[in-house]
Amino acid sequence: MALFYDDDQSMLADSATQFMAEEGSIKKQLRHWRDRDCPDGFGHDLWKQFGEMGFTGILVSEEDGGLGMGNVEAGIVLEQIGRNLTPSPFLTSSVLAATAIGKGSNDLRGRYLPGLISGEHVFAVAIDEGAKHRPERIKTKAEKSGNGFKLNGQKDFVIHGASADMMIVAARTSGSDDDDDGITLFAVPKDASGLSQDAVRLVDSSVATHAKFDNVELDGDAVIGEVDGGRDVLNAMLHAGRVGAAAESVGVSAGSMDMTVDYLKQRKQFGKLIGEFQALQHRAAHLYSDVEIARAAVIKAQQLLDAEAESAELMVSVAKAKAGTTSNLSVREGVQMHGGIGMTDEYDIGLYMKRDRALSEFLGDANYHTERVAQLSGY
Amino acid sequence: MSDLDQFRQETRDWLEANCPPEMRQPVRDEGDVYWGGRRAKFKSDAQKSWFEACAAKGYTVPAWPKEYGGAGLDGPQSKVLRQEMSRIGARPPLSSFGIWMLGPALLKFGTEEQKIHYLNEIAQGKIRWCQGYSEPGSGSDLVSMQTFGEDKGDHWVVNGQKIWTSYADEADWIFCLVRTDKANKYQGITFMLFDMESKGVSTKPILLISGNSPFCETFFDDVEVPKDQFVGEVNRGWDVAKYLLGHEREMISGADSGDRTSAIGAAMLRHTGELDTMLRADLAKFDVEALAYGAMGEKFLDEMKAGKGHPAQPNMMKYAGTELNKRRHELMMAAGGSRSLEWDSEETGGGKPSRGWLRTKANSIEGGTSEVMLNVVAKRILDLPGA
Ligand SMILES: Cc1cc2nc3c(=O)[nH]c(=O)nc-3n(C[C@H](O)[C@H](O)[C@H](O)COP(=O)(O)OP(=O)(O)OC[C@H]3O[C@@H](n4cnc5c(N)ncnc54)[C@H](O)[C@@H]3O)c2cc1C
Ligand SMILES: Cc1cc2nc3c(=O)[nH]c(=O)nc-3n(C[C@H](O)[C@H](O)[C@H](O)COP(=O)(O)OP(=O)(O)OC[C@H]3O[C@@H](n4cnc5c(N)ncnc54)[C@H](O)[C@@H]3O)c2cc1C
Repeated sequence: MALFYDDDQSMLADSATQFMAEEGSIKKQLRHWRDRDCPDGFGHDLWKQFGEMGFTGILVSEEDGGLGMGNVEAGIVLEQIGRNLTPSPFLTSSVLAATAIGKGSNDLRGRYLPGLISGEHVFAVAIDEGAKHRPERIKTKAEKSGNGFKLNGQKDFVIHGASADMMIVAARTSGSDDDDDGITLFAVPKDASGLSQDAVRLVDSSVATHAKFDNVELDGDAVIGEVDGGRDVLNAMLHAGRVGAAAESVGVSAGSMDMTVDYLKQRKQFGKLIGEFQALQHRAAHLYSDVEIARAAVIKAQQLLDAEAESAELMVSVAKAKAGTTSNLSVREGVQMHGGIGMTDEYDIGLYMKRDRALSEFLGDANYHTERVAQLSGY
Repeated sequence: MSDLDQFRQETRDWLEANCPPEMRQPVRDEGDVYWGGRRAKFKSDAQKSWFEACAAKGYTVPAWPKEYGGAGLDGPQSKVLRQEMSRIGARPPLSSFGIWMLGPALLKFGTEEQKIHYLNEIAQGKIRWCQGYSEPGSGSDLVSMQTFGEDKGDHWVVNGQKIWTSYADEADWIFCLVRTDKANKYQGITFMLFDMESKGVSTKPILLISGNSPFCETFFDDVEVPKDQFVGEVNRGWDVAKYLLGHEREMISGADSGDRTSAIGAAMLRHTGELDTMLRADLAKFDVEALAYGAMGEKFLDEMKAGKGHPAQPNMMKYAGTELNKRRHELMMAAGGSRSLEWDSEETGGGKPSRGWLRTKANSIEGGTSEVMLNVVAKRILDLPGA
């Protein structure tokens, strides 16, 4: 397969680009909700429009009413989300949750997928237990109780947890905290008794929660996949989410770079456009090359994942690490090259810097994924 | 089975039958590389039979049309052949500036007679070419070059000096930039081809910091060049030169090389037995970059073949690829420790690590420096002001 978009994908890219620039723009969405201190951090109307556009069901199979497309297509939407800093539950609901639910029972898919596809429902995923992404270690416990399970523990930084109709929780049903096996994934409804959430607003204006599970009772049909065998579903979900986050990072990098390059062509100092100074030209050109390389790594990882290739896991970590370091460079150069104005709230460049930080942390930062590259390569 | 699957199967069978096991080992030193030319000798029977099989099949230049010595493969087929060769670790059958640089320029600018004649010679490894661009006063600012060809009716008389001419002392012919109109900077250069055995051509080696010397100063003293030995139009050689530089950069960037896409951390661990934590971290960071660049190389080639992508993209690839290659050699030196410092011991194959490391420092100079690449990206891709 060639490493660029085919005709159908290019069409999707055109419509996602136009839609996100018009409906998902920084002014209309991120600033709008932020300035109102919105407890969700995103707009539900926009999410319904995502549904009308068909974006919500990209990773849902056709039998389940979705579009049955792949990670390349989800990434096309995510890159535009990144470029416009569009707050939405796309990554958590349509990528992470959709990937997991797709591996669930008929009943589970029937219960949750229609609401996702229409944009009525929002889902969250609860994996991390602490400030860093460490899904190798899961302490939250689900004990057998009657026909179902009793869930106890805490999950941190559950993005959109407070707004979600259902959250997918990775819990331990057997073994010890560091075991690979013994994990089970559960679909926990918002109103489950014993579930409480503390919401915190993050630097990028998104809202996450610390979710506590205090003897939350779950039916057996809340299980996604196999009891004790949830690691495979968890991994599949994480791979899709990580490559998706990497695609969004490429959008953040490109959006911030384009803003900066535009600024270099407008701002005059010392009687010249600052874009004429070679010191800035070289840094901009270096940044461009990094963004192109990150984009290539992401497409490669998406294609390998869609082809279920063995090397997909390695390339997903390469993509997440590379996209993270690149968007970090892009926002740092962006603020610096804007000079003082880049420090103001009025200018959008700082918003890119905030989003980069949150996105880089999500599902493993560059260090985490660089370490994985070493391990998966055998050193 | 699709046509492409069938082609893949045929290619596998053909490689199995024609690529000797010795030709599936990594290239260890210069002697393992076959450059062709009038004075060429094969290092082994395996090298000879591999080269001859490829030349007969058109696989020294697989994408060139059959009438010019190629195999006429289309983009997807070329990719399959590349993949299959890289899968078994097959060495390139022929290394040649004719293939990488002059060939593409002739394909675009040459007359039909020139194509039939020169391209077939290149494909068959008969003539070895060198590149006469740089002059002592004209490196990055190449267009300022002064070597002059005086019009004598049916021939030019060329005088001047070139520098950095790689392998000039082993090459048979040179493709050369010669000023034919002093009044016109850009439109006063002619792209000439001539025999290095012509009267008045002499070369002098330049020793590099790596202790090797495939580089030369080349002197032209009243060299007579027949009037029909030019490519493109007279005085419009700069167009040809620029086009060719694009291909040179693509080649130096190593976009095509398979081995750059596997992790070096694992290889270093096997080599040294253990890695200290800081080095391991550096290697892992490098591997992320190298694997990402590998994907970029693949994307770049796919887009070039499909006629997509920005025409200045080779400059970006050249910049990123050569900087990465320098970093790779820095890391290999660090991983090797004191052993890599040995300059001529048997264990190091005659100081291969250190000589190789030093040689890579030229990657970001030859074919246009990194700074010049960044200038081009800033101006032609990002459209920044102040040319
Ligand atoms: C938080 C804050 C507090 C401040 N407090 C004060 C204060 O109390 N009083 C006051 O008077 N000022 C203050 N300033 C202003 C500050 O001094 C200026 O922001 C600073 O001098 C840069 O100018 P600029 O913002 O106009 O950026 P510009 O000069 O427009 O620079 C934009 C970019 O171009 C680059 N650039 C400009 N010229 C060149 C060149 N020749 N070569 C290469 N690159 C170049 C810059 O490095 C920068 O990256 C403050 C600024 C900030 C952010
Ligand atoms: C190993 C090797 C093989 C070569 N093979 C060949 C060959 O086969 N045939 C051939 O014709 N030539 C060959 N070259 C020559 C090569 O193309 C030149 O060395 C190269 O173009 C740089 O020119 P220069 O060495 O004169 O450096 P200079 O142009 O003098 O540059 C010196 C420094 O100044 C910087 N610089 C120059 N201009 C600018 C600018 N505008 N902005 C910012 N920085 C700038 C450069 O980046 C560099 O760092 C080879 C060179 C080497 C080292």
